[in-house]
Amino acid sequence: MSITVFQRARIVDPSRGIDETGTVIVDGKKIVAAGADALNQGIPGGAAVIDCVGKAIIPGLIDGRVFIGEPGGEHRETIASASIAAAAGGVTSVVMMPDTDPVIDNVALVEFVLRTAKDTASVNVFPAAAITKGLDGHEMTEFGLLREAGAVAFTDGRHTIASSMVMRRALTYARDFDAVIAHETQDADLASSGVMNEGLYASWLGLSGIPREAESIPLERDLALARLTRGNYHAAKISTAMAAGAVARAKADGAKVTAGVSINSLSLNENDVGEYRTFFRLAPPLRAEEDRIAMIGALKDGTIDVIVSSHDPQDVDTKRLPFADAAVGAIGLETLLAVALRLHHNDEVPLLRIIEALSTAPAKLFGLPGGTLKPGALADLALVDLGEPWLVREADIRSRSKNTCFEGARLQGKVLKTLVGGRTVFSA
Amino acid sequence: MTDLSSLPPYPHRHLLGIRDLSPFDIELLLDRADAAVSISRQSEKKTSTLRGRTQINLFYEASTRTQSSFELAGKRLGADVMNMSVASSSVKKGETLIDTAMTLNAMRPDILIIRHQSAGAAALLAQKVGCSVVNAGDGAHEHPTQALLDALTIRRAKGRIAHLTVAICGDILHSRVARSNILLLNALGARVKVVAPSTLLPSGIAQMGVEVTQSMAEGLKDADVVMMLRLQRERMAGAFVPSVREYFRYYGLDAEKLKAAKPDALVMHPGPMNRGVEIASEIADGPQSVIQEQVEMGVAVRMAVMEALLDPRRNRDGHNA
Repeated sequence: MSITVFQRARIVDPSRGIDETGTVIVDGKKIVAAGADALNQGIPGGAAVIDCVGKAIIPGLIDGRVFIGEPGGEHRETIASASIAAAAGGVTSVVMMPDTDPVIDNVALVEFVLRTAKDTASVNVFPAAAITKGLDGHEMTEFGLLREAGAVAFTDGRHTIASSMVMRRALTYARDFDAVIAHETQDADLASSGVMNEGLYASWLGLSGIPREAESIPLERDLALARLTRGNYHAAKISTAMAAGAVARAKADGAKVTAGVSINSLSLNENDVGEYRTFFRLAPPLRAEEDRIAMIGALKDGTIDVIVSSHDPQDVDTKRLPFADAAVGAIGLETLLAVALRLHHNDEVPLLRIIEALSTAPAKLFGLPGGTLKPGALADLALVDLGEPWLVREADIRSRSKNTCFEGARLQGKVLKTLVGGRTVFSA
Repeated sequence: MTDLSSLPPYPHRHLLGIRDLSPFDIELLLDRADAAVSISRQSEKKTSTLRGRTQINLFYEASTRTQSSFELAGKRLGADVMNMSVASSSVKKGETLIDTAMTLNAMRPDILIIRHQSAGAAALLAQKVGCSVVNAGDGAHEHPTQALLDALTIRRAKGRIAHLTVAICGDILHSRVARSNILLLNALGARVKVVAPSTLLPSGIAQMGVEVTQSMAEGLKDADVVMMLRLQRERMAGAFVPSVREYFRYYGLDAEKLKAAKPDALVMHPGPMNRGVEIASEIADGPQSVIQEQVEMGVAVRMAVMEALLDPRRNRDGHNA
């Protein structure tokens, strides 16, 4: 097997709390050394040596919330095209949402995704299965069989389960299989015809607002049920200070609760909607600046465990419409890391914490390999120039859909190389 | 009649909302509209200002009065006016707004008038076509020509807008008329009050440059102008207010409530009215009502707007230039 030596890199490994200059040695599929102690280990004969002075090596990113169009919406994104985008973004594993057509709610579909990923994808693709059949919020799917087939978590994707009883049973039953229930919460009645954050800005634009309470009312219900059932609950994409407070209280009570935040909620706010820019129509909606600041605080203090891209490819035809008629969602795999690094460059969140929320924490949360540079681990990693500036240009986007919120944005932090299981899947 | 060539050229290509206009722009349009009123009052109503120009009315929402007002305005200016009937067109077959816009654009119109149920539709259209676009109402966003015609009506009756007290009453939440009026009246220095049940007020209303009250007596106190808004039928029964009866009791304009306003206060309504819901018939048809004048001013304002947008003195960058 081939050996690659990454010499004198800044090694950022949250799994071991390490941020130091050292050497990373990859032998075949695995990391055999990573740290300052490997600096003077000597270079094995025949090894490829890469000088990494001024560059960083981080565990490959694990994106816990990725929507892909395959099966059923291949014109938006395939598993293969999403994996190319992921690799370019330093993302080595994605958790794929079940919102496909057909829905990933049975064993055959999980097997289809895993087989397609094996044949066509350059990064690890882990399917999450639906909580309810057809994502309709009523009948539970076969948690046990789906888990055995390879589903890493259960979620109704973009949908919120309205029935408290269904949610209670799902949390209770999932506990028997040690499975995580990941849920995006939006009260359909309260959100009603809302298309952006409720407030003065929406009022002037004449757009219906979505109040923050639409997120926190079903979330508070879920958290109460998590306390009741002792089930593993993951608040998949919170966006408000109110929701962060609720999660913090549940954690303090000892409930098995974790939370995620979309990179968009950490970096953008409702003003970015501007004059009806439909690429900024997202779920949850972009909130006020106070909420964005609160999300950063919650990430920093550990209330929020993971950052996700919430990558959601949408065809341009469904975005070139009046705001209220346009499709919801934005892509994000390729910009996830660099946008998150803004928090590092602005001294808002420590680098180690950011990388943890992007790799180590989601690995732990979903029970996935990766998220570490520990010797013996699979070599899922990224070589990054943390400071290198680059401009996001539509023409450079690898994803099949181009609905990015960061077109024209100047970002800092460029992925130079991505390795999945020791294999180079991206090289700048 | 004002000699239009003595007025400075109008600086904008489109009229998408009052928000884009300076007080100076607004006054300029009102001055032009004053001139247009006299044209409409002559027996020979047709001019040749827009002769050879093509105007397309693209109405996604049925609106007899606004559409006919724009049509008449265009015809009085000598333009060729085409009404795109959306109900029977390819839009019904699923064509998107942009595709329709591109198709119409290829016919090289000089001005497109659009009414659409979605906020932002007019702005979206304006990005895609090479001609001037006039927003004739987009969702709950803006209805600039309505605000201009209201201002013209007020200015002709009161001689000014500045320092007048205007009460806007009713369904502010869903009203593009209210938003455009709040912007315009504030721009020209009026004091604006809004009166509505709290369920019909948008979030953040107190920061929109208005005084908010739930009481007609308080809201109409010292008012020089009382603007009533239409309450859509589907919002009457339980959704936003419990019943027509209760709504009329607290918010319907009748003789008793009108007494709170100044004795010479104007009563306005953008139409179509729900008599007995937001306004009593005796008030709608009473001496203080200027509702018919509003309709007349509507044609004048739309003439002024189209004439201003298509002013040949303006350095136009579209393909019609």
